[in-house]
Amino acid sequence: MTQRRAIKRYNRAVIILSLAYVAALFTALVAISRYGLSGAPAYLLAILPSLPIIGIFGAIGRYLIEESDEYIRLLTVRQTLVASCLALSVATAWGFLESFDLAPHFHAYWIAVIWFAGLGLGACVNKLLCDRSA
Amino acid sequence: MTNRLKELRAERGWSQQALAERLEVSRQSVIAVETGRYDPSLPLAFRIAELFELAIEDVFTSPSKEASS
Repeated sequence: MTQRRAIKRYNRAVIILSLAYVAALFTALVAISRYGLSGAPAYLLAILPSLPIIGIFGAIGRYLIEESDEYIRLLTVRQTLVASCLALSVATAWGFLESFDLAPHFHAYWIAVIWFAGLGLGACVNKLLCDRSA
Repeated sequence: MTNRLKELRAERGWSQQALAERLEVSRQSVIAVETGRYDPSLPLAFRIAELFELAIEDVFTSPSKEASS
């Protein structure tokens, strides 16, 4: 698979999954928060918005496999490592703060948000390292 | 690892983009290899050498030889 095809496929997957996330979140909010849905259907609907996000993680993994340009692959791997390092570090530190009642409760889905922000930070790290070695 | 990629490309009058297309990689990759920022894998190094119809050691300088010189 050519590099262009791999990134196009990834971008298309991210757009579709992002739209699916908005639709799933809206449906869950309306059904559970507004109409008070409970029981097993509520569990199913509550977990629904997480599925497209999990799908995006899968799309990133697939992109890494399909990307034929080894240098671009290296940059993307570094970017995801920075993101993982940031998200896991924040989760660990916050967990201890929370366990000692020094920080308010933090919904676990924010870890995914921090991870996506970490991708941006990873891109900055790549830029910095490239500029430094140029 | 130093290499003669820029020099070989210039001899043939190829732009970085033209070389990238011939190697089926991004221009970003060509720049990274040319500037020595990224050492290519053995398969890519062979592809580069074969494109220029040279032996791999005529394109890339062995790090051990670099250290002794």
